[in-house]
Amino acid sequence: MDIKLLQGVMYFGLIVFLTVVLYGYIFHLYRSEKRGERDYEKYGRMALDDELTSTPVEPIEEERKKESP
Amino acid sequence: MQNPAIEYDYTVARWFSYLAILFGILGMGIGVWIAFELAFPELNYVGGEYTLFSRLRPIHTNVVAYGFTLSGIWATWYYVGQRVLKVSLAESKFLQGVAKLHFWLYFVTALLAVISLLARYTTSKEYAQFEWPLDILVVIIWVLWGISIFGLIGIRREKTLYISMWYYIATFLGVAMLYLFNNMEVPTYLVTGMGDPLHSVSMYAGTNDAMVQWWFGHNAVAFVFTVPIIAMIYYYLPKESGQPVYSYKLSLLSFWGLMFVYLWAGGHHLIYSTVPDWMQTMGSIFSVILILPSWGSALNMLLTMKGEWHQLKENPLIKFMVLASTFYMLSTLEGPIQSIKSVNALAHFTDWIPGHVHDGTLGWVGFMIIAAIMHMAPRFFKREIYSKKLLEMQFWLQTTGIVLYFSSMWIAGITQGMMWRAVDQYGNLAYSFIDTVTVLHPYYTLRGIGGLFYFIGLFMWAYNFYKTMKASRELEKEPAFASPMAA
Repeated sequence: MDIKLLQGVMYFGLIVFLTVVLYGYIFHLYRSEKRGERDYEKYGRMALDDELTSTPVEPIEEERKKESP
Repeated sequence: MQNPAIEYDYTVARWFSYLAILFGILGMGIGVWIAFELAFPELNYVGGEYTLFSRLRPIHTNVVAYGFTLSGIWATWYYVGQRVLKVSLAESKFLQGVAKLHFWLYFVTALLAVISLLARYTTSKEYAQFEWPLDILVVIIWVLWGISIFGLIGIRREKTLYISMWYYIATFLGVAMLYLFNNMEVPTYLVTGMGDPLHSVSMYAGTNDAMVQWWFGHNAVAFVFTVPIIAMIYYYLPKESGQPVYSYKLSLLSFWGLMFVYLWAGGHHLIYSTVPDWMQTMGSIFSVILILPSWGSALNMLLTMKGEWHQLKENPLIKFMVLASTFYMLSTLEGPIQSIKSVNALAHFTDWIPGHVHDGTLGWVGFMIIAAIMHMAPRFFKREIYSKKLLEMQFWLQTTGIVLYFSSMWIAGITQGMMWRAVDQYGNLAYSFIDTVTVLHPYYTLRGIGGLFYFIGLFMWAYNFYKTMKASRELEKEPAFASPMAA
């Protein structure tokens, strides 16, 4: 196969693949919210409740804290 | 919970804000000057070789893109990064040191860059003019910023990264990749032992060089003028208005859409050139598709104001941000239109192109950085904004300036394009080049005046910021949402 044609076919294939991935992502976002696995909209609060003393939307379990007395 | 004695450390955010104001005035001051040079060519010679258009134009573009905008990006990063990760820089002496080193190395490099361009050291690649020693310094600066980003992420309290963080990380990764590949160059002195030690040649040649250059050039627009500015608006608009982003899911989707599409669109800079035709077509197609993720983000911002539109009337910072978002929509519609092959045949090399660039940079990038810094000012200094009236006046003056700029360039560009392609009944060109110059003179003057309005607005901004820092009423506590301002 001519290298130019091969490049073209691979390029097209890559675009189709990435498009499927992108649409798959939309599907994933809505499905996981519908099933109650995740609430994406609550993350919008991160910009508003952003004081050092605010309770994190999803806190990190700090190993350091457990280690320190 | 965490130690209440710790506070957010705004030192480096403040320093970068000062620099953004200084570089804004310097870069746009030169911009106004060279705009008038185009209308009144004798201005080229007032300062000998140093005021020639060709010498000053790269200084204008570099100072505005890599001085004003990068300073604005880092001012906001050192503010937003801490807040959305809920961790203070003061909690890590190492990261605090890295942040300060980042600032000082950047400041020195920026000065060297301006001096080197003024002294005519350039690689002659648009937006990548810095010679190789400066490129090495830029890489070190970038690595320091990377340490700062991932270091802060490493000690964060908030598990999930807010959408602005995604955009800051994308800026970091995108520019790192683009900068390294486009600036692959061979310092000629080190190889041959002859010539100027600062001189280098690109590792790519001919059409390949053009392709890499415009893959870089267009994505520099993506990852300096778009992605980090979206990072800003996703934080500052919700925070200033007190409204969470309209749809977080849409923000995620627009993010991946933008990342997926933007990197392929650079080919539109090379339409009707020597690059393969399929690449030109792909550049056009991806540019048109780019409307979707761009408008996704912009509409998400406008919808965030749903039910709260009265704030647009009451709060000048909301005005700046909503208009920034609107200008983002305008320029992300205009760009794709210009990328369509038949339109490009008319638009390419005309003044419509700088017109397009400036409604994006002045309206979107400039307004967003101005609003972000004025939002931070009361938090930096624990004082209210000095004057709401001045901020309002600045907004209207600068908006008028932008409208004058892009409308004059639209008319000039289309007139120019039509005149260049006009032929008589025998196929001879109807006009010579100087005919177009004569016709365009009033529009060039109007563009200069528009730029001057925007430039005066920058001084109003600087004055308001300075007075906020020094003379404004003190606040008892940090404001939660809308920034307090004196009438």
